[in-house]
Amino acid sequence: MASPTLTSPALGSFTAETFERALGAQAGAPAWWLERKRAAYERFAALPMPQRTDESWRFSSIAGVNLDSLEPLAPAAPTARPHVPDFAPLTSLSFVNNRLHGRTALPPELAAKGVVVTTFSEALTRHGDLLKAHFMAQPQRLGSEKFAALHAAFVGDGAFIYIPRGVELDGPILVVHAASGAGASVFPHTLVVAEENSKVTVIDFFTSPANEPLFACGANDLYAGHGSKLTYAAVQNWSRKALSFQLNSTVVRRDARVQSLNIHLGGRQARHESLSQLQAPGAFSEMLALTVASDSQEFDQRTLQVHQAPNTKSDLLYKNALLETAKTIFSGLIIVDPDAQKTDAYQSNRNLVLSDGAEANSLPGLEIQANDVRCTHGATTSRVDPEQMFYLQARGITPVYARELLVFGFFEEVLNRLESEELHAALRTLLKSKLKL
Amino acid sequence: MSSLEITNLHVSIGEKEIVKGLSLTVNSGEVHALMGPNGTGKSTLSKAIIGHPDYTITGGDVRLDGKSVLQMEPDERARAGLFLAFQYPSEIPGVTIANFIRAALQARHAEGEELDASAYYKRLYQKMDMLKIDRKFTSRAVNAGFSGGEKKRCEILQMAMIEPKFALMDETDSGLDIDALKIVSEGVNQLRGPGLGVLMITHYQRLLNYIVPDHVHVMWDGRIVRSGDKSLAVELEAKGYTWVKKELAHA
Repeated sequence: MASPTLTSPALGSFTAETFERALGAQAGAPAWWLERKRAAYERFAALPMPQRTDESWRFSSIAGVNLDSLEPLAPAAPTARPHVPDFAPLTSLSFVNNRLHGRTALPPELAAKGVVVTTFSEALTRHGDLLKAHFMAQPQRLGSEKFAALHAAFVGDGAFIYIPRGVELDGPILVVHAASGAGASVFPHTLVVAEENSKVTVIDFFTSPANEPLFACGANDLYAGHGSKLTYAAVQNWSRKALSFQLNSTVVRRDARVQSLNIHLGGRQARHESLSQLQAPGAFSEMLALTVASDSQEFDQRTLQVHQAPNTKSDLLYKNALLETAKTIFSGLIIVDPDAQKTDAYQSNRNLVLSDGAEANSLPGLEIQANDVRCTHGATTSRVDPEQMFYLQARGITPVYARELLVFGFFEEVLNRLESEELHAALRTLLKSKLKL
Repeated sequence: MSSLEITNLHVSIGEKEIVKGLSLTVNSGEVHALMGPNGTGKSTLSKAIIGHPDYTITGGDVRLDGKSVLQMEPDERARAGLFLAFQYPSEIPGVTIANFIRAALQARHAEGEELDASAYYKRLYQKMDMLKIDRKFTSRAVNAGFSGGEKKRCEILQMAMIEPKFALMDETDSGLDIDALKIVSEGVNQLRGPGLGVLMITHYQRLLNYIVPDHVHVMWDGRIVRSGDKSLAVELEAKGYTWVKKELAHA
């Protein structure tokens, strides 16, 4: 609910003039795309900034959400190679400050099968219908409608991934979204369309130089067609001075299976919204997240699992480890539509609090309109178990390392769900690197 | 040769004194059995020796090779050579047995000195085979969802890998069926030798049929009330703990 006392919508640095300049840079794009951008900017300008009283912003630090003093149009990228983990992708795209920075060639046999891994700029001319059908096509209903509109208005280049019917990819596709320059604004986007019975793994990696202020307003659209298997992993490793929004939408069609894992490490304040829509029988969405929250970081996670058809399944497990004076918010909702009988929905948020000054907030929720369903949800907040600590120490392990092992154990339960051992190992290394700090 | 000397030890939990002046010396190569009814302070003794924070030592000393361990942290005591096979080992979700034992061994190496991974696994598998533990267990989380017998075998596996100077075994036989008891006992017997001293805490004489002790001590109300050889365990089995209460408690 918008506050009635708000009279002028906040634009911050994203004035109409800067929008026109941004649009000017895309002058060659199709008319429909530019029209959408204009409409998006109008929505952005009309919507109020979030208020303390908004239910979807409960516990959030509203004061930290500030669009002033930003560089709305990030400059062209310096040539420094962004730091990326040691994956061995089939192919990769990397963006710096909303522009394509590097890419590796798609293996020819995949190109021959019709696999497309490209930029929005190219997709707009060659795959316009797909982009039109899937780009931010799903409702925004988790509180960041204003930022979704801002993203759509200012998005520059993004990753467009299309896997045709029946094509199965063995290795992952890596998309690196980097930012550079103090106060820069970036609008990363990854769009994945997995057609019928295809199989693909996509990894989004977000990175920027340590200690540079940044505004990141990203989104992704995942579409899993009938019988497809889509695995998506994202690592948010922005600088500790970043304000970050990442808005996810996942559509799961008949008998399709989506597994998503979001790892949150960076940012001073980072909000992640994730919407999974289970649209046809047999659809399954597994939603996983791991967060290492340290210093005074705030991680705000809002999720929605919508069961729109019978015999659908969703399984959410979000784990946060909190250090120092960090703060986490988890707010999750499961909605079961009236005819979505035999829904099987699960939602769990587990917080491991490693410091007295940390704060974990949890708001699980259910909204069930069908009568023959199985829905469970739960949230726990706990500390390191002293008996477990003692057991490890009794084997000669130092208290510091014992604690580290227990925290990793806490994360392993989630990482173990990954099918790829290579991905598991790479993500484990990333998590370790933050906990060592 | 090493020695573990417990002299006039007093241990309290909160305000309550549980161990009331206990003295006992175990030398390497020896197996001592400490027997007694429930609630007499056997488990308290073992946990206090390895430094559990819930137990306060109010008097006496525990010396390893002449050096008091009481000012040492639990992990230091462990690295100095003390090991407790827990009666109720903790479950450690997400930490595999292989990684756990590796961390324990790594802790005994100098900083920056890495364990040889292939030699480690070779030795781990060898010990697992000895204890009839399925090799698949290496990738299972420590004790998570294990049966009682599996937990006890996992304790002995850790002991076999860590090779302590002194092992305190707290009710290792409890919750074991006869087959598991035999496997565990065979494992312990194989580890017996000049480099290891064992203090085996047990309620029942049955374990001593499989692991034959050199010395047997009977504990009652926080103290050792009688010591002898293995025939003491047999006598105790025949006469029962009421005999201890009547005849020995006030001796």
